Amino acid sequence: MGLYDLKYKKFGENSILVKWPSIIDENILKNILLFKSEIIKANLDLNIYVKTSYNSLLVTYLKKPVDSSKVNELKNIYKSIGSIKIQVFNKWTIPVCYDISFGKDLVFLEKSLSIKKEEIISLHASKDYRVYNIGFLPGFLYLGGMDSEIHHPRKEKPSLNIEKGAVGIGGSQTGIYPNKSPGGWHIIGRTPINLFDIEKASPCLINSGDKVKFVSISLEQYQLISVQVESNIYELNKTLIDD
Amino acid sequence: MIEVIKSGLYSTIQDLGRFGFENYGVPISGSMDQFSSIISNKLLGNKDQDAVMEITMTGPVLKFLEKTKISITGADISPSINNNPVKLNIVHNINKGDLLSFGKLKYGIRSYLSVLGGFLTKEVMGSKSMYPNITKSFRIANGDFLKIKTLNKINIDPEITQINYLEHFKTNKIKVFKGPEFDELSETQKNNIFKNNFTISNNNNRMAFQLNEPFVNQLKPIITSLVMQGTVQLTPSGKLIILMRDNQTCGGYPRVLQLNESAINKLSQKYMNNEIKFELIEN
Repeated sequence: MGLYDLKYKKFGENSILVKWPSIIDENILKNILLFKSEIIKANLDLNIYVKTSYNSLLVTYLKKPVDSSKVNELKNIYKSIGSIKIQVFNKWTIPVCYDISFGKDLVFLEKSLSIKKEEIISLHASKDYRVYNIGFLPGFLYLGGMDSEIHHPRKEKPSLNIEKGAVGIGGSQTGIYPNKSPGGWHIIGRTPINLFDIEKASPCLINSGDKVKFVSISLEQYQLISVQVESNIYELNKTLIDD
Repeated sequence: MIEVIKSGLYSTIQDLGRFGFENYGVPISGSMDQFSSIISNKLLGNKDQDAVMEITMTGPVLKFLEKTKISITGADISPSINNNPVKLNIVHNINKGDLLSFGKLKYGIRSYLSVLGGFLTKEVMGSKSMYPNITKSFRIANGDFLKIKTLNKINIDPEITQINYLEHFKTNKIKVFKGPEFDELSETQKNNIFKNNFTISNNNNRMAFQLNEPFVNQLKPIITSLVMQGTVQLTPSGKLIILMRDNQTCGGYPRVLQLNESAINKLSQKYMNNEIKFELIEN
């Protein structure tokens, strides 16, 4: 992985924004996440927070004004990561029930995309998705890599009550609503798993950079897994991937 | 323990925020006007980050079920103890059974109530700040019982004993840095954003304040990027939106300005139709 031509900008009193080229690209995302982990390693003693998105990274030095020396520090860290090649992520298998009672917008998409709903489901469950970003709601995963056949613009008017666990299509991305919420994505199914659990030490198991694969389950399996999730005995399937 | 007889319009427990979870989409939250909440803690000799009650526009009615000390800072919502009006920005002794209530809003909009030792509501992910789907409830409700520290010692050793900071509420000047996309504005737009006065729309809450005046622009949306408390976003339809303490962690609108911390605190005391003027901090 080569180094990118990054732009560094002071943002507010105590943050520095780092920008990558304005395209959505897996290699850029991986480069951002690598830089993030190196910044955290290099600043173990400092009170800093690093957050990332599709093509940017923000370093916040808590309650400390920043100056150009901090930018140079970051530039040096970035130079030093040139030779690091291996990054390890988790790949998660998430069960989704695409039953029409959950996939409330499947019929609409079938018409709007002129693709049979069985085909939409099989295309959706066929890909490995990359987690580009987590936001909007605590634990809402923005997943890139969806088959272009099923890209579809968001709803013009958001729905007011989208169920917890609803799986939706928004533009070229797919995502899961971690809690009941209003939202503009077209809903095609529902997962019984908890994506965000405040009772857990790490409330969100899945991180940016991880991969997600959906596996289609029946209504009966959905009910069964729901019970297992509720009794805290369901474990999500994950494997380490090195890419 | 404090019994909530009436919750008021929108009362929440807040501290200085929940850090380290923004990358999972969890906002920092915390008191909107952190200057006032820190002052209310300092008056009691509490820690700056101790949890306080943020009271918005219409105050609650609270019954104290034990002896304590309190201070109220921020907006003046005419507080009374047992129906006797009391002053802001000083310490009051509270006896078991005392009733704290509020009246007419005189200035500001958010008031901060501190109790000795802070509110002891449940901490979630390192903070007591209330937020939907993070804390059990996202606001205080009628009939709630709020745990407070039981007094062992009554002597306190505060850094300050009283303060007067009216300018904090009167000023309409909101200090800002240029945001990451500021330079994409035209020269006229750059001038206008600092020359014009803006007013706050009815769309203002802990998440964001939208401004009334349209600001015509041709800026293109950006790929979803990172925002902070105090980021000013400009939508394609010309709306200026100032992100506040419960802001979402990312967004796709151009970020034209960034408030400093003190400006976020001052803006938190403004409400519908109040006028503000952006003032550039050179850096």
